[in-house]
Amino acid sequence: RALQRGVPGAPCARHFSFPPTVTSEQIEHLHRRFKQLSRDQLTIRKENFDSIPDLEFNPIRGKIVHAFFDKRNLRQESDGLADEINFEDFLTIMSYFRPIEMNMDEEQLDRFRKEKLKFLFHMYDSDHDGKITLQEYRNVVEELLSGNPHLEKESARSIADGAMMEAASICVGQMGPDQVYEGITFEDFLKMWQGIDIETKMHVRFLNMETIAHCY
Amino acid sequence: IPSVSNIVPESCLLIVVGLLVGGLIKGVGQKPPILKSDIFFLFLLPPIILDAGYFLPLRQFTENLGTILIFAVVGTLWNAFFLGGLMYAVCQLGGPGLNHISLLANLLFGSIISAVDPVAVLAVFEEIHINELLHILVFGESLLNDAVTVVLYHLFEEFANFEQVTIIDIILGFLSFFVVSLGGVFVGVIYGVIAAFTSRFTSHIRVIEPLFVFLYSYMAYLSAELFHLSGIMALIASGVVMRPYVEANISHKSHTTIKYFLKMWSSVSETLIFIFLGVSTVAGHHYWNWTFVISTLLFCLIARVLGVLVLTWFINKFRIVKLTPKDQFIIAYGGLRGAIAFSLCYLLDYKHFGMRDMFLTAIITVIFFTVFVQGMTIRPLVDLLAVKKKQETKRSINEEIHTQFLDHLLTGIEDICGHYGHHHWKDKLNRFNKKYVKKCLIAGERSKEPQLIAFYHKMEMKQAIELVESGGIGKIPSAVSTVSIQNINPKTLPVERILPALSKDKEEEIRKILRNNLQKTRQRLRSYNRHTLVADPYEEAWNQMLLRRQKARQLEQKMNNYLTVPAHKLDSPTMSRARIGSDPLAYEPKADSENLPIITIDPASPQSPESVDLMNEEPKGCGGLPPSPEEDEEGLVMRVKEPSSPGTDDVFTPGTGDSPSNQRMLRCLSDPGPRPEPEEGEPFIPKGQ
Repeated sequence: RALQRGVPGAPCARHFSFPPTVTSEQIEHLHRRFKQLSRDQLTIRKENFDSIPDLEFNPIRGKIVHAFFDKRNLRQESDGLADEINFEDFLTIMSYFRPIEMNMDEEQLDRFRKEKLKFLFHMYDSDHDGKITLQEYRNVVEELLSGNPHLEKESARSIADGAMMEAASICVGQMGPDQVYEGITFEDFLKMWQGIDIETKMHVRFLNMETIAHCY
Repeated sequence: IPSVSNIVPESCLLIVVGLLVGGLIKGVGQKPPILKSDIFFLFLLPPIILDAGYFLPLRQFTENLGTILIFAVVGTLWNAFFLGGLMYAVCQLGGPGLNHISLLANLLFGSIISAVDPVAVLAVFEEIHINELLHILVFGESLLNDAVTVVLYHLFEEFANFEQVTIIDIILGFLSFFVVSLGGVFVGVIYGVIAAFTSRFTSHIRVIEPLFVFLYSYMAYLSAELFHLSGIMALIASGVVMRPYVEANISHKSHTTIKYFLKMWSSVSETLIFIFLGVSTVAGHHYWNWTFVISTLLFCLIARVLGVLVLTWFINKFRIVKLTPKDQFIIAYGGLRGAIAFSLCYLLDYKHFGMRDMFLTAIITVIFFTVFVQGMTIRPLVDLLAVKKKQETKRSINEEIHTQFLDHLLTGIEDICGHYGHHHWKDKLNRFNKKYVKKCLIAGERSKEPQLIAFYHKMEMKQAIELVESGGIGKIPSAVSTVSIQNINPKTLPVERILPALSKDKEEEIRKILRNNLQKTRQRLRSYNRHTLVADPYEEAWNQMLLRRQKARQLEQKMNNYLTVPAHKLDSPTMSRARIGSDPLAYEPKADSENLPIITIDPASPQSPESVDLMNEEPKGCGGLPPSPEEDEEGLVMRVKEPSSPGTDDVFTPGTGDSPSNQRMLRCLSDPGPRPEPEEGEPFIPKGQ
C-alpha cells in the first residue's frame, strides 16, 4: 500500500525479498530529499552527494557514497558500481537502516541482522571479492583516522594489523606458523559481530516515526 | 552448600552487624550514636556518589537518558504524591492518633520515602551482575531523582510553616525544580572544567594529581549544597566532565590511585552507612503505629509497581529497544530505599513535625523491608526469570573499530537524509570537543590523539601489564596466542636472517647514546615517529620472535627449577609485582643473548646503583631490562631488541624506544619515585636509537 501511493517518481509496488516497510510519510520525506539532492532529476550521481555540507567532515564519506552505488547493495544481480541510482534504489539503501520491530520472529530477526551486516561487509570489502583482506582493513582504519592529518601511516597500519590478528584468532583459533589467514569472510564477519546487537544499533531514528505499514 | 554471602547481600549483613553493635552498646548502658545527618550528607555520601559518577558508563547513560529522566522525575513525583495523598487519607481514617497529621506533613513524608536510594541500589545490584541496561536504568534513576527529592523536601518543609499555600507558591516550586537540577549540573560542570584545566599543568607534580580530582569534586558538592542546589547532580556532572580530560593528562599511577582511593572510600562509606543504620535503629526513639507503618509499606510497593508499569507503557512508544515485562519487574523490584530517606527524616524539626518519630519508624521499616526482603530475593528471582546477565565482554580493538565505523556511517546517513538526529548532534559535539575543548584542557600532544589510537594504547598497556603480572611469556592470557603477523601477511616473511650483527662503531654509537641518556632528564616523548637505530631490517625479523618464544618455553622449564618461588603460581598482583624484581621470566630470556649486543654498564659509575634501584621499583616499564639477582653483580645489562612495530608483536613486549606502548611506559616512569634524584630522575631508558 505504502509504495502504491501516487508519489511522483516513486515506483509501483514491487516484491522485495526483504520488505522495506516504510510508511508513506517517510517515503514522501525521502522523496523530497531525493529531489533536493538530485536537483529535480530522476537519478542521482556521485557528484550530487558533494552538495551535503555536513558530509565533508565525515572520515568515511567515500565509503558511504560508494555504498549507495554498490550493485550488491542495490540487489542487482550484477557486480560492480552503478553510475546513477533512482529513487527506488535510494529507498532500497535506506531500508537497510530500518529499526527493529517488536513483532518479528526469530527467522525474520536473523535475516534482518544478516542483511544489515551484509551491507557493512560490502562497505569494508571494497574490491568485491567476498573477503576483507589485510590491505582493505588497513584502508578502513586509515580512513577512520584520516581526520588527523599529522598522524603517521604506521599507527593506522599497526592498529589494523592487531585487529586483523585478533579477528584471525577469533575466527580460526590457534594457527600454526605456516598457515595463512586470507581474509575475513562473511561468516567470520558474522562471528565478530556476535557480541554486538547490530539490529538495535544500526538504525536511523526517523524511519520509525509513524506506525509501520507493510508493503507486500 | 550455599554460603551466607550467596544468599544474603552485604548490605543486610551490615545492618545486622549494626543492630548487634547497637544492642551491645545499649546493653552496656551507654547511648548508642545515631547517624547524624550532617555526617551522612557531608562525609559519608559524597565518596559513593563520586565513585559512581566518575566511573559512570557514559555511552549507555546518554543512550537511555530519556528513559532515566522520566523514571527519575515523573516516577518520583508520582510516588511522592500518590503515597502522600493515600497516607493522608489513612491518617484521617486512622483514628485519634493520626488525625492531626496534616496533608502537607504527609506529602513531605511521601517525598522523603519515595526516592530510590543510590547506595542501596548499588549495594544490591553490584552483586547480582544484571545486564547493563537494567543496571544503568535503576542506578541512573536513583542518582537523578535527588533533584526531585531536594525540591520536594524543601518545598513541603517550607509550606508546612505557611498558613496558606497559593498557586504562585506551587508554580514557583515547579520552577525551582529546574533551578535546582540544572543549577546543580551547572556547578558540577564548572568545577569539572576547572579540574580538567588544572590537571593540564600537573606534569611536574604528579603525586598530587589525585588530590585535584577529589578536591574539586567535593567542592562542587559543597558549593551546590550551599545554595540548596542538588549536590548529587553536581558531583556526578563534575565527575563526568572532568574524567576524559583528566585521564588524558595524568600519569598512569595517578589514575590507579584515583581509582583505588575512590573504590576504597566508597566501600568504607557504604559499610559505615549500613552499620549506622542498624545502630540508629536500636538507638532511635521509635513510635510504632501499626496502621501507619503497614499502610506505608503497602502503598510504597503499590506506588512503585504502578508507576513503573504506566511509565514503561509510555516510554516504550519512543524506545527502539523496548522494555519487556521482565525488565519492568526488575526495575520495580529494584526500587530500594536507603539511608538518604532516613537522614532526611532525621533532619526534620521536632517543633513543626511532632510525629517525626513515627515517620522515622515507618521509614526504617520500609528500608529494612526493601533491603532485606527485596535485596535477598532479587538474586534468585533474577535467576528464576532468566534475566540477561552482564556479559563479560572484553573490549577488543575490532569492536572499537566497528563501533566507530558504525557511528560515522549512521551520522553520514542522517546527513544524507537531511535528518538531524541523535548521531548528528553527537558528531557535532565530538567535533566541537576535538577542535576547541581538548586543546584547552589536555596538555601537549595528547590533545590531538584520536580516540582509536588512545584506545589502542590503553589496550596495549593493559595487555603488557597483564603479561608481566602473569609472570612470564608462557602464560599469555589473551587469545591471540599463536597468531602472529605472518599468519595474516605472509609477504612480510623474511627468507633467512635472524638479526644482522652490529658493526663495532654502531655498537659504540649505541653505548654513547645510552650513556648520554643517563645524564639527561628525559623529556616526555611525544611523537609517534619511529627512531630506528638501524635501518628497517629489524622490522621484518618475525622469525626472531618465533624463535624467542620457543626458547622462552624451553627456558621456562629450566627457570622453574631454580627460582625460589615457583613461577607458575598465579599470585595476586602485589605478590607478582614484588616478585618481578627478581624474576627474569618477566622479560626476554637470556638465551637470546648470543645474537644481541650486550652493553654493560659499570656498577662503579655513579648512576647505575640508582638506576638499578629505580628499575627494581619500576620493573614493569622497561622492556628488555631484566634485573635479576644474579645479574646485579655485573651491573645493568641491556639487550637491544629489535624495535618491533607497535602492536604487531603478539607477545606484546614493549619494544625499546619509540613504540607507543613504550611511550606510555615511559610516561608512567616519569613519576618521581620516593628518592627522586635531581639530575637523574628517570631510570635508564634507551632513547632515540
